[in-house]
This record gives sequence, structure tokens and C-alpha cells, in this order.
Amino acid sequence: MEKKRLTINLKVWRQKDADSKGQFVNYTVKDVNPDMSFLEMLDVLNEDLIKKDETPIEFDNDCREGICGMCGAVINGTAHGPESGMTTCEIRMRMFHDNDTIVVEPFRARAFPVIKDLVVDRTALDRIMQKGGYTSVRTGGVPEALSIPVPKQNADMAMDMAACIGCGACVAACPNASAALFVSAKVSHLALMPQGKAEAARRVERMVAQMDEEGFGACSNHAECEAVCPKEISIIGIARMRREFWKSMFK
Amino acid sequence: MKLDSKVPSGDLAEKWQNHKDALKLVSPKNKRKFHIIVVGTGLAGSSAAASLAELGYRVKSFCIQDSPRRAHSIGAQGGINAAKNYQNDNDSVWRLFYDTIKGGDYRSREANVYRLAQVSNNIIDQAVAQGVPFAREYGGYFANRSFGGALVSRTFYARGQTGQQLLLGAYGALMRQVDEGNVELYPRREMVDLVVIDGKARGIVVRNLLTGEYEKYWADAVILATGGYGQVYYLSTNAINSNASAIWKAHKKGAFFGNPCYVQIHPTCIPHTGEYQSKLTLMSESLRNDGRVWVPKKKGDKRPPNEIPEEERDYYLERKYPTYGNMVPRDVASRNAKMVCDEGRGVGETGRAVYLDFRDAIKEFGRKTIEERYGNLFEMYKLITGEDAYEVPMRIYPTVHYTMGGLWVDYNLMTTLPGLFVLGEANFSDHGANRLGASALMQGLADGYFIIPYTISEYLAGTKFEKVTEDHEAFKEAVEEADQRYKKLLSIKGTKTVKEFHRELGEIMWEKVGMSRNEQGLKEAIEEIAKLREEYWNNVRVAGEANTLNKNLEFAGRVADFMELGELMARDALHRRESCGGHFREESQTEEGEALRDDEHFSYVAAWEFKKIGDWELHKEELKFEYVTPTQRSYK
Repeated sequence: MEKKRLTINLKVWRQKDADSKGQFVNYTVKDVNPDMSFLEMLDVLNEDLIKKDETPIEFDNDCREGICGMCGAVINGTAHGPESGMTTCEIRMRMFHDNDTIVVEPFRARAFPVIKDLVVDRTALDRIMQKGGYTSVRTGGVPEALSIPVPKQNADMAMDMAACIGCGACVAACPNASAALFVSAKVSHLALMPQGKAEAARRVERMVAQMDEEGFGACSNHAECEAVCPKEISIIGIARMRREFWKSMFK
Repeated sequence: MKLDSKVPSGDLAEKWQNHKDALKLVSPKNKRKFHIIVVGTGLAGSSAAASLAELGYRVKSFCIQDSPRRAHSIGAQGGINAAKNYQNDNDSVWRLFYDTIKGGDYRSREANVYRLAQVSNNIIDQAVAQGVPFAREYGGYFANRSFGGALVSRTFYARGQTGQQLLLGAYGALMRQVDEGNVELYPRREMVDLVVIDGKARGIVVRNLLTGEYEKYWADAVILATGGYGQVYYLSTNAINSNASAIWKAHKKGAFFGNPCYVQIHPTCIPHTGEYQSKLTLMSESLRNDGRVWVPKKKGDKRPPNEIPEEERDYYLERKYPTYGNMVPRDVASRNAKMVCDEGRGVGETGRAVYLDFRDAIKEFGRKTIEERYGNLFEMYKLITGEDAYEVPMRIYPTVHYTMGGLWVDYNLMTTLPGLFVLGEANFSDHGANRLGASALMQGLADGYFIIPYTISEYLAGTKFEKVTEDHEAFKEAVEEADQRYKKLLSIKGTKTVKEFHRELGEIMWEKVGMSRNEQGLKEAIEEIAKLREEYWNNVRVAGEANTLNKNLEFAGRVADFMELGELMARDALHRRESCGGHFREESQTEEGEALRDDEHFSYVAAWEFKKIGDWELHKEELKFEYVTPTQRSYK
């Protein structure tokens, strides 16, 4: 049975480069198969623009299966779009209706300058990770894997936190543009594992300091981050990060 | 040119240790003087860059994404193998070695595969020390599972995100080295040429993807860890940006290409639905541990699956392969799916799918257990298809997933071009003609953490280096050539888009150089690809400008390379008139339709030397088996 095709009206943020002023541009995409992904719908639009000698819309994407963290747009006011627990690339057109108007913008935050159209610079997140998103261990200089048992509960909770894909939606959704959920996910993951405990204090201090340095805002418990996180990382992580931070102060 | 694999002599189990003992070392003081470029930041690239920087080398790390953490290793779901024998099921280094070489259909080097099995255990130790949250049992010890083609439970996993967790471990190690000032990071850079000076790899030219500017970097050694070339098929499970351009440029500069026709078609992907489709999504084959594969016995049976009674279902893998059943290796599972669909027994709207049914597993273990094991995969399936696999069987179909072929490397992971090393999926080394599940992560990390840090010192300590700077003529030429190529692509202003050409190329590759190949089809493919390539350079339409972020232009360059590589794949497949692993030649099959090897004529690695476009010279590296006896694979 042929599925009913959709007509979709788009208002897309177009911005030539970091220094230019951007604006919304209207497009209409017809014959949209509801099984298409949102990015495939943009692909179809871009093909059309290329044929018409217009400049295609730039957007970051790579794996298109919700794990690499490269894609990201604010769709109708929500980072990564209408469904919770999903990245932009996982959004399907069946989640919209015929003749809907969809507003598409880049992730906005002071620490994420726009590069072009929907593409933003998220290297600030890498710089935070450089300050402690790891255990300081050399290749080869490690004990046998079985030597330290890890309680299943800890491993499971650590995995919940380690699932972060570094997309930056939490920042885009936060009224303060805070990166607290992102940082707390890594701090919590490693604080929950015995292998990460040795340098837990140094890690949280340095990562939080770098977060401030990059111009991310402070966390004021709006929990917008949790609502848009494609991996549904809980703000319990932020509570744990605070605990780790206070612990580090009294060391 | 005689190919020298540099496989050390001595007993199989001692080769690697003996070899390491004999390798030259670079003194700590001198390590600071050596500059190493690593292109690609997946498991192999990140682990190599981090490990080399820890040793004291000066490392530059390049990737095309905005962050090293995006590399497509991140997509690997199922797990990573190691010969730990934690489950007491009589696993061993020997068994992992044997399974891997047998699974590769005896088309890989014994010494390489044995080394891989040996270092597999170190990888687990390393990842655990990094804090990778592997699945645990209540006692705090590891949960392991059995994975496609294995009779032991040797696979370590972190939910369905093992690749992600291992990559974040390696990425963390890399970030630590960036913080310590030992690695310079260059994201959003695409390698557009390899620079060869006096016969040695001495640098690269990259295009800054944000500005379109060319940047020149010299080094004493160049490491490529840029992944596989499955995107030549247009639709695959690879990431959208995965490409062959870095290894292809290196190939054109003198590195031989090994076994280009060995492609793995993964059996458990979500089937294709329409022309707009940009990628196919893989579901971990761990699903085959509990799911049962079947199609209706009757052709064209359009009833909903739950209305088809038990006696009218054909569980064809269990029927044909009673020992392994649904767990047969990937190539066998894929080919059988194609066969039943070709017979007209395929299911779903297109008839190009088979069922993977969890009904019996849910009955036996309860829905909760199945949810724990595969919950995220079931969710993903529902998202893409709109169907609930707890209620109706999944539909699956094979898709291009991994390329066993790649640049030819010796035991030290060095190509035929001195100073150029290739790691991970980008090289041809360890998987022969077919890769076993949960072995890709193992190989990438083995190469990066435990092999290249040792073997590269042999080259660095044993080579006399002339001083090279970025002012050298060779850099200038490489920049000019790249610039002209991109300008040419922009200037054609034809009528067909890059995507349309790519899709056409993919169709030729899938139909004629895909799961099942024959002489006539391959000859046609070679002609059709050459024709398409000519059309491409006369009629492609590329949008925008060169001096800005322009993804369409990036793709245009990559598709141009695929147009050349595709032809080489077809030529390799044509010359190999045997079936082996993922390479199935219809002319060479047993009476039962299984792949039939021809060890007398084809027990070698095909290493192709580039002459000019459309012209390659074949070199052969004979494969000798001293410890295993190649047998006809049987999973019955």
C-alpha cells in the first residue's frame, strides 16, 4: 500500500558565515515519503536547490543512526525535534503532518558560534574533554581486566552516563546555554567506575573550570537538557557532578 | 617488485615476541625529533595517535568531522572479541586465531591473524583501565556472549554501543595527549594528497573544510587509519562521510591495493524502502543469537507473518546448517537470504527481505530478558520501520558493511611506499576474504595500541631522513593538482548531481560486484563504470564555491575517487575466478551452492599497482599455511 505523501513547508536559517547576518528562508518540499528521515528530506531539498543553481543548505551529519553526535538542529523550537530520545537524523517525517510548517535553526549558544547555515562550532566540548574526560593511563601499563570487579549496578549506571554522544543539544536547550549535563555525564561515568576514582577530584575541577572558560552558562536546574537529550541522560548526573565537585574542594 | 610480507620466522606462537625483540628502538631523546601524521580518528587512528604521543613522538591528528569522537567506529554495536576464556568454555588464543583464519576462508596471513588473537587480551585490559563500562554480572565480573560464527562466548560488549565506548576510551587517551601538548588536533580537514619525496611518504596536503584553503604538513611517517570503502556502493551501513579518498590518493602515489574485491555484506540490516534513502541501518547480528531466520515455504506468500503456520515456514539456515543454524558466518547468512529472495520467497513490500523472528525466544526467556538484551535495537527498528518486533518478526536484508580489502601492508603495517603505514579497516591485513563478527574493533585497536607503536620505530630508527619542509616542490605540486581538480569539478556545471552519479555507480556495484558475481557481469561493470566516470567529468553539477564550507564539493571529490576504485574492485573480482568468503563467483560453487575455493590457483593476496586510470598491474603474495590446513568451510 502506497503511503500518503506529505507537503512540508520549511523556514530554514540561512547564514553565509560567522560574520554575516542570518535570516529565515522559506522552502516547500513536496511528495515527502513519511518513512523518510528528516535529513533525507533536507537531502531532497538540497538536490532541488543544486539543480536550480542555488546554494544547498549546509548541515552537519555523519552516521545517520543516532550515535556519532554530529547532527543537530533546533526543529520547531526544540533541539533535535519533536520526539524525545532522538537525534535530528533519527527524526522521521511521519512525525509531522501534511502541510506543516517546520522551523529549522542551528543549535544556538555563545560557546557554539555559527559556522554556516545549520553548522555550528562545538569544539569547546572537545576542549572540556581534554581536561579530564579520561583515566590517565598509558597504553600497556594496565592490570589484568578481571583484577578489579565492578558491581553490575555501577557498570550499568556508568553506562547510562557514558552513553552521551556529545551532540550539544543540552547546551542548545538550556536557557543559560550551560554544558552541565554534558560535563556531568563524563564526570559521573568515570566517578562510578573504580578505574576513574583515583583522579576524580582533579577531573571535576579541571573540566568545570574549562566549561566556565568556554563561556557556557551556569546550571539553574531547568532540566531542559534532560528533556532533549537523545540518549536520555538524567540530570541525576548533574547532582553527582556537584557532589564530586564539593568533595574535591575538601580534599 | 617482489612483495615482502616481512613475516618473521620461528614458531607461530613466538613470532610476534621474537619480532618485537628484534625491532629497532628510537631513543627517548630522539623520539621528540620525529613527526608523525595520523589521518583518521576512529579506533585505529585515535589509539595509534595517543599511543605514539605517549611514547614521545610529535603527532598531528587529522579528521574530516568536527571532532575526533565522531569517527564511524562509533557505530559498531555488537562487541569485541578476546581470547580471555572467562567463560571457561575452552577458548584460547589458538581458537580465536583458528576461527578468524577459517572465517576469512584462508585468505589471510597466519602470522598476522595469530598476532591479532594474542593481543586481543591486552585490548580488553586497556579498555577496562580506561573505564569502559563493559557489561558485568552481579559478581562484578564480565558478561560475555557468543557472536556470529563462534562456538564460544568470547565477545565483550557495552550494551549495543561497544564501538562507541571503545572509541570514547581511545578518544579520551587522545584528548589527554592533546592536553599534554603531544598531539596537535586538526578537525574538519580532508586529506587531498599524500606527498612523496625521494620515494618516501613525507607529508600530506589537506583541504580545510571550513575555508577551502589547502594546508601542507610534513612528517617523517604518515599513518592512514581512514576506514573502509563500502560507500562505493552508495548505500551501505557506513557513515555518510566515510570515503576512500585518502587511501586512494596513497594508492595512486604508489601504495599497492590488496584484495579490493573482498567486501562484507552484513546479513542483518533494515531493508531498503525508497530512492531517497541515504543509508541503510545495521542491526547487530547478536540478534541472531535469539532470533530465528525464516521465509514462507510458498513463493509469493503475502500473508502477514503471524498468520503463517509453523509447518509453512522455512527456517532455512537451521535446515541447511544444523550445527551453526542461525549463527553461520555473515557471508553465508547473506548469500542464503539473497537466494531465498531470488527464489521469490522474500517478504515485505519489495520482496527483498527475510524474517528474523523472536517469538520463540520471548516464549522461552520472557519479554523482559529479550528487552534487556536487545531493547535498543528493537526501538531502533520501530523508529525506522514503524513496526514492533516484539509482536511481528523483524524484516532484514543484507547490506554492504565492511571492506576486508584495503591498502596492502607488511607485518609491520607498512605499505609498499616506505614511511606510509595503514591501520584498521583501511588496510587489507587480518580478515582474509571475510571478517567474523566483533573482530573489526579488535583489529583496529590491536593495530593502534599494540602493533604500530612497536613497528614504526623500526622504520624511524632504520631510515636516513633528509630534511624536508613544506616549501618543497612536491607540496606545491600536490596543492596545485588538488586545486585544479576541485575547480574543474565546479566548472563543469552539468545536468546530473553528485548524488545521482553516486547512486548510479552504487547500482552497478551492487548488481554486478555485490553478493554474487560472474564473469559477464563483471566485464559489463568495468565498462559501465568507465563510461559513467567519463560522463561524470563532463556532466556533473556541483553547487557553490570552493572557498567555503561546501559539502557538495567534498562529496564530488570523493565520488570521483569511488569511480576509479569501483573499477579496480570489479577487475579484482574478475581475475579471482574462485569463490572465497565474501567474494562469491557463480562459476565456482559446490553442488550445494556453497563458495568453492581454488587453493591451487588463488591462494594469494592480490596486490594491485596503479599505473594509470583503468590500468593496474597485479602482484601476488603467496599465502603459506604451516599451522592450519585450509579446508572447505562447512557450517553444517
